[in-house]
Amino acid sequence: MIGDPAGAILHSEGLADEIQVSPRKGAGGPIINDFTIVAATVNGTGSQTANLALLRALFKMGIPVNGKNIFPSNIQGLPTWFHVRVSYEGFVARSDSAEIVIAFNQSTVQDDLAMVAPGGVFLYPTEWNLAESREDIIYYALPVNLLVSQANGQGKVKDYLANMAYVGVITQLLGINRSYIEEALQYHFGHRASVVTQNMAVVDAAFQWSAANLTKQDPYQVEPLDLTAGNILITGNEAAALGAVFGGVTLTSWYPITPSTSMIDALNDFLPKLRTDPESGQATYVVIQAEDELAAAGMIMGAGFAGARAMTATSGPGISLMSEFVGLGYFSEIPCVIWDIQRVGPSTGLPTRTSQGDVLFAYYLGHGDTNNVLLFPATPGECFDFGVQAFDLADQLQTPVLVLSDLDLGMNTWMSEPFSYPAEPIKRGKVLSAEEVEAQGFFRYVDRDGDGITYRTLPGNNHPRAAYFNRGTGHNEKAVYSEKAEDWRKNMDRLKRKFETARRLVPSPIIDHVDGARIGIIAFGSTLPAVDEARFRLAESGLPISFMRLRSLPINEEVRAFVERYETNYVVELNRDGQIHQILTVELSDLPGRLVSLAGMDGLPLTASHLINQLKEQELTR
Amino acid sequence: MSQRGAQRQNAIGLTQADYKGQPTSLCQGCGHNSISSQIVSVAFELSIQPHEIVRLSGIGCSSKSPAYFLGRSHGFNSLHGRMPSVGTGTLMANHQLLAIGVSGDGDTASIGLGQFKHMMRRNVRMVYIVENNGVYGLTKGQFSATADEGQELKYAGKNPFPPEELCIEAIASGCTFVARSFSGDPKQVRELLKAALSHRGTAMLDIISPCVTFNNRDTATKSYGWGKAHAERLLDIAYIPRDFVPRRDEIMVEDFSPGEVKLVRLHDGSYIQLRKLEEEFDPTDRLRALTRLELARRNEEMITGLLYIDPDRPSLAEVSNLGETPLAYLPEEKIRPTRQALAQIMRAML
Repeated sequence: MIGDPAGAILHSEGLADEIQVSPRKGAGGPIINDFTIVAATVNGTGSQTANLALLRALFKMGIPVNGKNIFPSNIQGLPTWFHVRVSYEGFVARSDSAEIVIAFNQSTVQDDLAMVAPGGVFLYPTEWNLAESREDIIYYALPVNLLVSQANGQGKVKDYLANMAYVGVITQLLGINRSYIEEALQYHFGHRASVVTQNMAVVDAAFQWSAANLTKQDPYQVEPLDLTAGNILITGNEAAALGAVFGGVTLTSWYPITPSTSMIDALNDFLPKLRTDPESGQATYVVIQAEDELAAAGMIMGAGFAGARAMTATSGPGISLMSEFVGLGYFSEIPCVIWDIQRVGPSTGLPTRTSQGDVLFAYYLGHGDTNNVLLFPATPGECFDFGVQAFDLADQLQTPVLVLSDLDLGMNTWMSEPFSYPAEPIKRGKVLSAEEVEAQGFFRYVDRDGDGITYRTLPGNNHPRAAYFNRGTGHNEKAVYSEKAEDWRKNMDRLKRKFETARRLVPSPIIDHVDGARIGIIAFGSTLPAVDEARFRLAESGLPISFMRLRSLPINEEVRAFVERYETNYVVELNRDGQIHQILTVELSDLPGRLVSLAGMDGLPLTASHLINQLKEQELTR
Repeated sequence: MSQRGAQRQNAIGLTQADYKGQPTSLCQGCGHNSISSQIVSVAFELSIQPHEIVRLSGIGCSSKSPAYFLGRSHGFNSLHGRMPSVGTGTLMANHQLLAIGVSGDGDTASIGLGQFKHMMRRNVRMVYIVENNGVYGLTKGQFSATADEGQELKYAGKNPFPPEELCIEAIASGCTFVARSFSGDPKQVRELLKAALSHRGTAMLDIISPCVTFNNRDTATKSYGWGKAHAERLLDIAYIPRDFVPRRDEIMVEDFSPGEVKLVRLHDGSYIQLRKLEEEFDPTDRLRALTRLELARRNEEMITGLLYIDPDRPSLAEVSNLGETPLAYLPEEKIRPTRQALAQIMRAML
């Protein structure tokens, strides 16, 4: 079906056909390592342990996987769905189709039933006495209570253990290696042997029951591969926290908010182990749980001013509260790092669903003329790298750096190459010592180097001329209060010059030019896996597409060159208004008509098939 | 001060002029200017190295004043009501700094009340001065939350609400050093400032500092006239630096009767000498301090002096297990774990 890449007619013919995403429809034979399992459970019943055990066991078998928890804003009782994508091709985006549905939540049974792909599997507790109404799927009923009581589970533990019943049945039905389930549980429970044993008793009981009582009628199977060796499984938030630890974070102030809290949890886990001075036993960091996001932002501003590597992690509502301090940080030029693990807004919105909706707000956060540096990690590896780099950039540019991750990247479990140790030493930017003040003199806001970045001193510097008064009010080059028009204009022009310098320092886009491509996709952050998969399928259908993944704002010349090269650049993002599209349209206003917005957001991670359909619709109507 | 006096050097060879700031832009006769002067003379008298101090403030007339003292110390004029969080961050990044923060009654009692209380709860080591005049000055004469109930102002009309009592708020929030003073009593302000600078945690000084432009009628409790007529010292306070060793029997005074002297040892080895002027009052007794403040509120008394002190509660920096070197000055090898440490973590996640 590969046509002449330059021939629009052939494209249209190719595109007009249905493009299959995983799993590819087979000829009735087994479907191996290519499906999605969805476990529908009740929030707070311990099902996460069961789901992560399945995920890790598949990963240990060398099969590429991704785990996504679609969960409610709730502690206990509301429905939650855990998606495990299994893909020999290595595609880890969310899939629209669910081949195996584990229905363990009676309140959502009708929706869960409707979710099963034709030919798929519906696994549910025998106790429900469900009428098996769909004829195009395969039902397996398992006696959960029986299996748990066989394994001596009682009381509250019984509820938790019930989830292990489906782990056992799935393990048997798909052909997962039992020892990997045990290994995964050991990883999860930190080698607490008795808990592992108790859980494995249920897994084994269910496995044996399945082998003895179920006749496999479905085509889904797993077989060992060697595609995950050397990789780790980790969430973006854990990776980001680890990056901050290796980036030399010294002060963290934060206020609990989903979906950023797990990043701080990870920091609180890593910091005592990695950043306690082995000689003195004293901490080389502090983490302060603030009374609100205003105070969290205030603390990192104070700390950044005083020379700490200061950070916070929050989400949209917190960013709203931090806007006054970010404006101060921009204007009085204070280094600090703010992680925004985006969730769905406006307002409280959907607190447990993913979005890329804070881009415009964050970019211009603060009243008056403000421009902020944004970083867009797309993988756990980049969360780690940007965890380090954000501090260097903040110190070099003397400005708040906002890292825009999201719930999907931050809280879900991803495969990743192990992280690389920072290649370069810590960059502290233009900070003058007492000796340097003596030799060079010091005025806080004089642009000696012409790059808009001035020199600063830290409190505690004992040179008599080292002190200055940091202020959010109008100031001259000596940091003295000034309402003079000329002082104001000069300072704001210099800040703009500094932002131009930022273009050269921030991470460049990752660009993949494809031979024969006529169009390009521009995306950023967690849509990467869906974009990769869609491009692969579309290339198979005769539509090669080049790709530029933005990793930061402001943009640089590489971004311009990419847009110039393609007659149509589709800008893919998870928000309603096409926020990156708007920014690019303004910044590349001399390249009209080349940018087409493919924005949209419903709280769920992007799927390849959704993107393919959008692109087909666009290309066929052009 | 005479020309000769201005050139007098302190123990570290600095003159009083070395502790001055920019010329003030506040109104002539503003109580805040008097407080700035006392800060200058205390820092000079105690021979504090200017680089060991950080000045902090929020927004408002009061918060402009740090520009007018200690020009050789770093400073941070932050946002309205947000000095406590900025101060907390600054002082955790560098816990060796002495912080002098200046706020006002709008900055503290209204927009900043939450941060004010949480800073004290954490016992951040900082001198927190509220220059309290009961009125908004820069926005020209609105009531603040510490204005008197029933008070009338030219533009604002009559105030129907009771005032916030900042000393009670402070004690209730766990503040470990709470004092009230009057900018017309410079001697007391100085001694309180000295003691506050030696205190282990947050030292809150609520200083009635009249606004000569908008709230200085003699009937207003924040006026010069009222202060001069009504300010009543509960005790006399004197600060004894740490190199001065008091007689043992003075330290051991247990019966703290009117006219008698009590010494409170501060964490840095200095002492506060308190000469008691009232029978029932003891500033180391939290309940009595609260009772006395409530009584004063009921009777419209303007009691001054050290109202409450707990010299022993550790500061936020102390409970955070920090070493001697400030976090801001830790070298790379202390803040970036080794290559082996990362490799080990990665292996465990394989």
